[in-house]
Amino acid sequence: MTPPSNRLLELTNVGKHFGGVTALADVSLHIHHGDIYGLIGPNGAGKTTLFNVVTGLYQLDSGSFQFAGQSYTRCKPHLLAQAGIARTFQNIRLFANMSALENIMVGRHLRTRTGIWGALTRNAAARAEERATVQRARELLEYVGITCAHQTLAKHLSYGEQRRLEIARALATEPKLLALDEPAAGMNATETVALKELLQKIRASGVTVLLIEHDVKLIMGLCDRVAVLDYGKKIAEGAPEDVRRDPAVIAAYLGGEAA
Amino acid sequence: MKLHRSSGHLTLAIALLALPFIIDALFGHGWVRIADFALLYIMLALGLNIVVGYAGLLDLGYIAFFAVGAYTYALLGSPQFGLHWPMYVVLPLGALIACGFGVLLGAPTLKLRGDYLAIVTLGFGEIIRIFLNNLNAPVNITNGPQGISAIDPLQIGGFSFGSSYDWFGIRVDDVHLHYYLFLGFTLLVIFVSRRLEDSRIGRAWVAIREDEVAASAMGINTRNIKLLAFAMGATFGGISGGLFAGFQGFVSPESFSLMESIMVLCMVVLGGMGNVGGVVLGGVLLVALPELFRNAAGPVQQMLLGKVVVDPESLRMLMFGLALILVMLWRPAGIWPSTQRRREFDADDSVLHQEQETVYDASK
Repeated sequence: MTPPSNRLLELTNVGKHFGGVTALADVSLHIHHGDIYGLIGPNGAGKTTLFNVVTGLYQLDSGSFQFAGQSYTRCKPHLLAQAGIARTFQNIRLFANMSALENIMVGRHLRTRTGIWGALTRNAAARAEERATVQRARELLEYVGITCAHQTLAKHLSYGEQRRLEIARALATEPKLLALDEPAAGMNATETVALKELLQKIRASGVTVLLIEHDVKLIMGLCDRVAVLDYGKKIAEGAPEDVRRDPAVIAAYLGGEAA
Repeated sequence: MKLHRSSGHLTLAIALLALPFIIDALFGHGWVRIADFALLYIMLALGLNIVVGYAGLLDLGYIAFFAVGAYTYALLGSPQFGLHWPMYVVLPLGALIACGFGVLLGAPTLKLRGDYLAIVTLGFGEIIRIFLNNLNAPVNITNGPQGISAIDPLQIGGFSFGSSYDWFGIRVDDVHLHYYLFLGFTLLVIFVSRRLEDSRIGRAWVAIREDEVAASAMGINTRNIKLLAFAMGATFGGISGGLFAGFQGFVSPESFSLMESIMVLCMVVLGGMGNVGGVVLGGVLLVALPELFRNAAGPVQQMLLGKVVVDPESLRMLMFGLALILVMLWRPAGIWPSTQRRREFDADDSVLHQEQETVYDASK
């Protein structure tokens, strides 16, 4: 049994309703430091809702959640980003008309300080910070493997590159937990392999990863632990091999009674 | 290269300094006055550009901040209350009060976007105007529709921008002096705009314009950054308003109608949203062209038709509308768009998009 202190994120009995629809019911789970944690389930199971709760886009209706030992039950997205949760979006939400480099520079907003006075006077501190921001943004572009011109607009990047740029932008906020919403969606086999390598590299650097994904092969090959959601309930949790054999999971995916 | 640039700056500086005298010599005194107004409008448009162009918040009541600046100056520097505070106190005070009104408008509208924000700001602009129009009873503050007249001229110490001076045998009139004063303020506003645009704050504004949800997920405090945009824009409007009151010597609610808000918005959109150069160009064009037209429409009709058939004033608005439509058809990003906006409206975008979709389909 892992001691609780090793838990980076802990959800306790989280519930979320939209009108009469229960999107999440009594979901409890925890993510350990340094893990890649997979979240799977059929369409409409509540995966993205859980994501939005964790990143502050939705406020949960019941239950609580703790991150790095602190309660963030009612919290704005930018404060959660400040606390160290960064995310990507299922349908890519880059700043389409900003360059690749600028997108990542926006991600640095949180960890930089220049205000109006610094911007107007361009004093030594502001100049140094701007240089460091550009430098860091370049490093991150290289890190995720985007080699094209840095001034290319985000919307002109290829699909796979846009996905990776979103990851780079999230990494720029120096997260403890990186939450990825279907990062492999729409990628071809080669791109998926590259993504897998990138995620392993990110984990090796000490960032915990929360991953929603439909690509079962990717999840099984990558995750340390997996949770399965169905109709807003957690129906299984554990090591990928165990979850895979769980009758409830097979039923949820294939329908009907468990074989 | 550096030498080349600085010599370019020097040429521009000399041209800007000589401009009022050139205009005076070629077109007459009245046009120098129009140039002064153009500078005031440019300041306004640059302020609105921060709100609309950078942060993407459509504000249709922007002229209210201009009104706040103008009335602050008028109330504190006229016989209305017998106050004659100096310009270097009243102008910053007007800017500060306008800034406060910017926050006041910004705070309750933070959750609104697009059309909804436009309607609320439109209402705000009208509220300010109607207040100014009716604050003459039971206690007379603004003098109502009559407005406030005999406002102090802009002056520092003994030096008044409203008088004429003879320097080294050259006669320098009040319109010239105001030109230089306004030019200084305009350059300051341009400087502030450009520095902010290319900074952490400017990037945060653009990020909010592009995708507010993603911006907040990246840790940008969207509330504060949007309020900052409103406050900065309103401050520029307040400065411009104070200068307007001192220049004109008279203010009334009539000068701050919805039409003025739309005019300033047109300058921003027509010139090139988000690009300081484009906004300046938009300001110059939208002040100069209607004046030009007003002067030309009568004589041209006289010449061609033998009499004035259509009133030049109404024809002016017709041509103005036509110009707007033509620009929007041919240069939807504005006459001189920012590089970003130009790329946004690029014609070959659709081709690229299609290519991407094919790649996406093939990968499935």
